Amino acid sequence: MAAVEVEDLTVRYGDVVAVDSISFTAAAGQVTTVLGPNGAGKTSTIEVCEGYRRATSGTVRVLGFDPATQQRQLSKRMGVMLQEGGVYPGSGVTETVRHYASLYGNGAIAESLVAAVGLAERSKATWRRLSGGERQRLSLALALAAKPDIAFLDEPTSGVDINGRDAIRGIVRDLASNGCAVVLATHELDEAERLADHVVIIDHGSLIAAGTLAELRRGHDEIRFRSDPTVDLRALATATGIVASKVGNDEYVIDAPPHPRLMAQLGDWLANAGHPLHDLRAGGQRLEDVFRRLTGSGPK
Amino acid sequence: MRLTFVQLRAELRRVAGNGEQLLLTLGIPVLLLVFFSLVDVLPTGTKEPIDFLAPGILALATMSTAMVSLGIGTGFERSYHVLKRLGATPLGRPRLVAAKIGAVIAVEVVQFAVLIPVAYVLGWNPGSPNWALGVLGIVVGTVAFAGIGLALAGRLPGEINLAVQNGLYLVLLLLGGMVIPFAKLPGVIRAVAHALPSGALADVLHDALSNAGTQPGRSWIVLCVWAVVTPLIAAGLFRWD
Repeated sequence: MAAVEVEDLTVRYGDVVAVDSISFTAAAGQVTTVLGPNGAGKTSTIEVCEGYRRATSGTVRVLGFDPATQQRQLSKRMGVMLQEGGVYPGSGVTETVRHYASLYGNGAIAESLVAAVGLAERSKATWRRLSGGERQRLSLALALAAKPDIAFLDEPTSGVDINGRDAIRGIVRDLASNGCAVVLATHELDEAERLADHVVIIDHGSLIAAGTLAELRRGHDEIRFRSDPTVDLRALATATGIVASKVGNDEYVIDAPPHPRLMAQLGDWLANAGHPLHDLRAGGQRLEDVFRRLTGSGPK
Repeated sequence: MRLTFVQLRAELRRVAGNGEQLLLTLGIPVLLLVFFSLVDVLPTGTKEPIDFLAPGILALATMSTAMVSLGIGTGFERSYHVLKRLGATPLGRPRLVAAKIGAVIAVEVVQFAVLIPVAYVLGWNPGSPNWALGVLGIVVGTVAFAGIGLALAGRLPGEINLAVQNGLYLVLLLLGGMVIPFAKLPGVIRAVAHALPSGALADVLHDALSNAGTQPGRSWIVLCVWAVVTPLIAAGLFRWD
């Protein structure tokens, strides 16, 4: 049984359909990323799963519980990281973590949680004195305070610097490797690409695609490279049969599987024509390209 | 029960660590009690100002804690998404409400433990006060004021809630028969004052503790109506996020 089962979920606010009959699952021990532009319906979907919001129709089960009617049972095993806030500005780091951990009967792990998210040296600082990244880490600690079997993390690395991002990614991976089902909502494609075992793409309230990154990329291999802006693509095609498209000032894409012979041909032709070859990348599409292909746009 | 105590401890720590709330719940009532007892400028109509002021200041203390302190604190918790965050824990709404009630009662106990001895030191001579009736009045008043505080906190943005609660506090203080007797208010304003929860509670306490109520029967009815209506309004208006 999947940790999260969403079937035909619809959420309406008056006449506005925020979520339109979407279905997906999230498994234990995996990071499932719910991806979509701002306003796509991610937060509404997650909030129904957390028990904050009622579904207009459809079925949602989290760890086998109906979040709408069994939120109390579910909450004992669920960690939640809000997109912002959730902490009183005057509350200290350890004080806050101890408070929330105690609500799960885990008060004894408060200091180790503070250390785990890298805030040991800021343990007495109040929320209002923390940087954006430190606040995100504290919010993550509060989600971990439950020792959760299911964790819903909303934009966990938003506003976090590079070191903080690495730390948070490590914690998220550890969480999943210990058997927790992690559902991570984000509009940051790079974050999803780095963390996701499973991706759910939502746009305008509808499910666009769901699957592993490999599944979403399947059939959409490409070769991408940079060179001079003046590469004569017609001459390239005539000489080698390689059809390339210009996608930026000096960036080109060949919509084909990355066969070594084709890449050797490309390299030879560019060298003979006196063009450089930079940033050669071959294989599955980047998640950003998958996203653009599926939604017809870029995330905000 | 354990989770309620965990939350109660957090609520009390927050109140104790908040200088503004301490000023509001303890500083201002003590200051008003001491100042206007020693400086006889209020038209209290009693031989000793303290005999009028003591029950009124107890009513003021109740209002400060149950309405303003609770309302401002809860309003900011809602604005800061603290209530939403707590909503995802096993605490649950009934225990959260129980913890908040417990915190209000605890603060009121501390207030009265300070204010009543101070009043006696200042020469308060209530004769034969009916403490049981006074405590009942404070309980009913607490419910009424908490309803007002939470109704505002549950709907208004944090900063606006802060301003409205403080403004309302001032109006209810001046018109509530706490420091200025009803008899000194102009006719129309006096009628309004008697209909206010602050006016009703002050009158009930003056009757119970000093045997000096102006219309205690009607004030009990007014206070009870507020205590029934405002929690219902709060329940209807309250948004957790």
